[in-house]
Amino acid sequence: MISEGVIELSRWQFAVTALYHFLFVPLTLGLSLLLAIMESCYVKTGQQVYKEMTQFWGKLFGINFAVGVSTGLAMEFQFGMNWSYFSLYVGDIFGAPLAIESLVAFFLESTFVGLFFFGWDKLTKNQHLMVTWLLVLGSTLSSFNILIANGWLQNPHGAEFNYQSMRMEVLDFGSLLFNPDAWVKFAHTAAAAYNTAAAFVLAVSAYYLLNNRETDFAKHSYDIAAKFGLVAVLLVIVMGDESGYSVGKIQKAKFAAIEAEWHTETPPAAFTPIAFPNQETMENDFAITVPWVLGIIGTRSLDTPIIGLTDIVKENRQRIRNGIKAYSLLQDLRDDKHDPQLLADFARYKPDLGYGLLLKAYTEKVTDASEQQIEQAAKNSIPAVAPLFWTFRIMVGCGFTLLLISGLTFFYTVIRKTSPTWLLKLNLYAVPLPWIASEMGWFVSEFGRQPWAVANVLPTFLSASSLSVSQMVMSLIAYIALYSLFLAVEMFLMIRYIKQGVVYHTEGEA
Amino acid sequence: MIFDYETLRCIWWAFLGVLLIGFAITGGYDCGVGVLLPFLGKTDDERRVILNASAPTWEGNQVWLITAGGALFAAWPIAYAVAFSSLYIALFLTLFALWLRPLGFDYRSKMPNQQWRDWWDKALFVGGFVPALIFGVAFGNLLKGIPFHLESDMRMTYLGDFFGLLNPFALIAGVVSLFMLVMHGAVFLQIKTVGEIQQRAKKAVTLATSIALSAFALAGLWVTRLEGYHITSTVLQNGASNPLAKFVKRSEGLWLDNYEHVPALWAIPVLVFVAGGLTIWLSKKDRPGWAFVSSSVAVAGIILTAGVSMFPFLIPSNISLNSSLTIWDASSSHRTLQIMFWATVIFLPIILTYTRWVFSVMRGKITVEQIQQNTHSLY
Repeated sequence: MISEGVIELSRWQFAVTALYHFLFVPLTLGLSLLLAIMESCYVKTGQQVYKEMTQFWGKLFGINFAVGVSTGLAMEFQFGMNWSYFSLYVGDIFGAPLAIESLVAFFLESTFVGLFFFGWDKLTKNQHLMVTWLLVLGSTLSSFNILIANGWLQNPHGAEFNYQSMRMEVLDFGSLLFNPDAWVKFAHTAAAAYNTAAAFVLAVSAYYLLNNRETDFAKHSYDIAAKFGLVAVLLVIVMGDESGYSVGKIQKAKFAAIEAEWHTETPPAAFTPIAFPNQETMENDFAITVPWVLGIIGTRSLDTPIIGLTDIVKENRQRIRNGIKAYSLLQDLRDDKHDPQLLADFARYKPDLGYGLLLKAYTEKVTDASEQQIEQAAKNSIPAVAPLFWTFRIMVGCGFTLLLISGLTFFYTVIRKTSPTWLLKLNLYAVPLPWIASEMGWFVSEFGRQPWAVANVLPTFLSASSLSVSQMVMSLIAYIALYSLFLAVEMFLMIRYIKQGVVYHTEGEA
Repeated sequence: MIFDYETLRCIWWAFLGVLLIGFAITGGYDCGVGVLLPFLGKTDDERRVILNASAPTWEGNQVWLITAGGALFAAWPIAYAVAFSSLYIALFLTLFALWLRPLGFDYRSKMPNQQWRDWWDKALFVGGFVPALIFGVAFGNLLKGIPFHLESDMRMTYLGDFFGLLNPFALIAGVVSLFMLVMHGAVFLQIKTVGEIQQRAKKAVTLATSIALSAFALAGLWVTRLEGYHITSTVLQNGASNPLAKFVKRSEGLWLDNYEHVPALWAIPVLVFVAGGLTIWLSKKDRPGWAFVSSSVAVAGIILTAGVSMFPFLIPSNISLNSSLTIWDASSSHRTLQIMFWATVIFLPIILTYTRWVFSVMRGKITVEQIQQNTHSLY
């Protein structure tokens, strides 16, 4: 058995590396599309300012892209390095979208990113524009594939356990690829990335406008980002709602935890904007509720109940008992691989095998689990409620604040044709919001799936590699130190290039 | 085209080889360029010439490695799990070095400060040197076997340590891989540069190729005395992937078994020496384009030699012989291999087509004059 310490450290390491990586990815994804839009304006109108824009924002894109690539490498290596049991248990399914990501998307993105920077003098206008759009296509397909892979962890359809190879294997590749959950989440994430890029361009342009520098350039950039940003934030919210609806249907425990719904209410359930959830008593110590609202938003009906966590725990207790049977049958199957009766029984209990594995946290043998251990495993089969409840509210809060800001920015840019100073300041100081929202969104999605690495299939604590605590401490410290250093260098260069401004860049002299 | 399981396993063994060779031939020369950077570039302008020779295409080149990693995960999940977790520290060091590359290329010339640039030059050197060395060391250890054990639920325990990886044979393999990539990088720089840098690159080609070939010869002689592995039980080429269902023996010289059964395979290591020799000759005759072709052949030959010697083993275990992973028992399911086969057959030609186009757009020499004229549009 791997030690608790290694598991905890592995989880922290994954969270740190993923959250750092996710600081850079949304900007890469969103800014690439904005670059392509700017360059399309250049090719269409022939106005030099759009070329300057593409090149200047492109430079900032490049600074960000480099760290995104660096931190992304660790993500691919990490599954094998730190989550080796996960890798061999579900690699048959999970590995495919990652490999396809490289073949279809990352090659495209990386091959054309060089040409984007170095090809200005070697390509015709139209050729260069095509290169930029291919870069957009590459980064979009890349995030699509990653979310397909992630979607399978949330909703693992189209695969089943093979007792001969002791792992999950693909049954239906189509249902992996066309997992509706993943598509909605992709749209939500991509829109969030577009909004991030818009907020970034707005903030930098606002900085120039506030300082009366690069006015023409900044106005053009601000104008595009204002329109782009509003569309993006609306899409984020619509897709966020859609994603929440889909979670409510498929990941009931995550949904109930986000809303601190301990008990199944008579529908339509009340919405709880503020609560202090207590995991021990499985009650809210304090709560403000608004009748009906959650039932209507969450289920889009008046009579569908939202299953509360206590009922989910009760259901999981039964699944754990089935899981014990599945596990015990699996042991028998190893001795006699061809007994038809065993095979038939195993096929029946197999879907709950993962629930049996939950008991491995308490007893190595699983089949000898006591009532108390089953009870404990059931109680821990739902995620911790309070962190989810609050991070979700921070994300949504950021989202609606961004909607307000984007709305105002759009109104002043498009209708009034001029932006007041207070709005420019707001654009500048609100720049962290989309990043906070994205990080919180990642947390809700991944922490909400706990205790599972693959929902209902493989518990997180079993997924880790059998490394030593000292190896983990070393690598975690190194990750944090180096990533922080990279982030600092990246921010330093970004700020420096923003302060230098556009003229410096286009004159082509030191 | 529907293939049977056995055929697909062989195809995926070959695909993995293609991807690794693809990385060594493209991303490999970038590693070599990184190692050569401080030696071939004396002034800042010269170093920028060297960097800008590989800057427009290195990013795409590196994806060969990412794809090889992804393909390993998708097609050989248990091999991916065992290799990456048992080589934990070695891979962490590789990752660290690889992180420095995108940052080094992109950030180095973004500040005029010489100290800043010197630091990034060192980083780029490390970014080329460490992966080139460690990949070879890893291959050396694969040939020796990795100390891991599989339990009945396939959980892997690794019983070695990092310093155990640094044994003499593996270090020689590291030298082979380091200098073959330096050779390849030097040939590439000979194509892309003129004048003094080109002259220095020419010298580097001869030196690096000689070291790489000598180390390769030494490793070859050593292999005859090295303990190889062999499956002794009946092999079910179409069976489910369960590594624990077979028996494996180990004894001296077994890695030469495949050559004994198929003597034609000797052509591969022989080809390495021929191509290596041609590389030196063509480089001296100022035919760097052809030298690049022949050094590519040498690089491919070296990787193939290791693969063919070990076939059908992917990762032998030296403490629990039966836990060894082979292509018959460590693959993904038949269905996954089939689907991934199609993905590769469709997309690899597309990748090669646009990569070719990008290389042809960026062809031509980089000179100090160009660098001085373009302080901002180049790195």
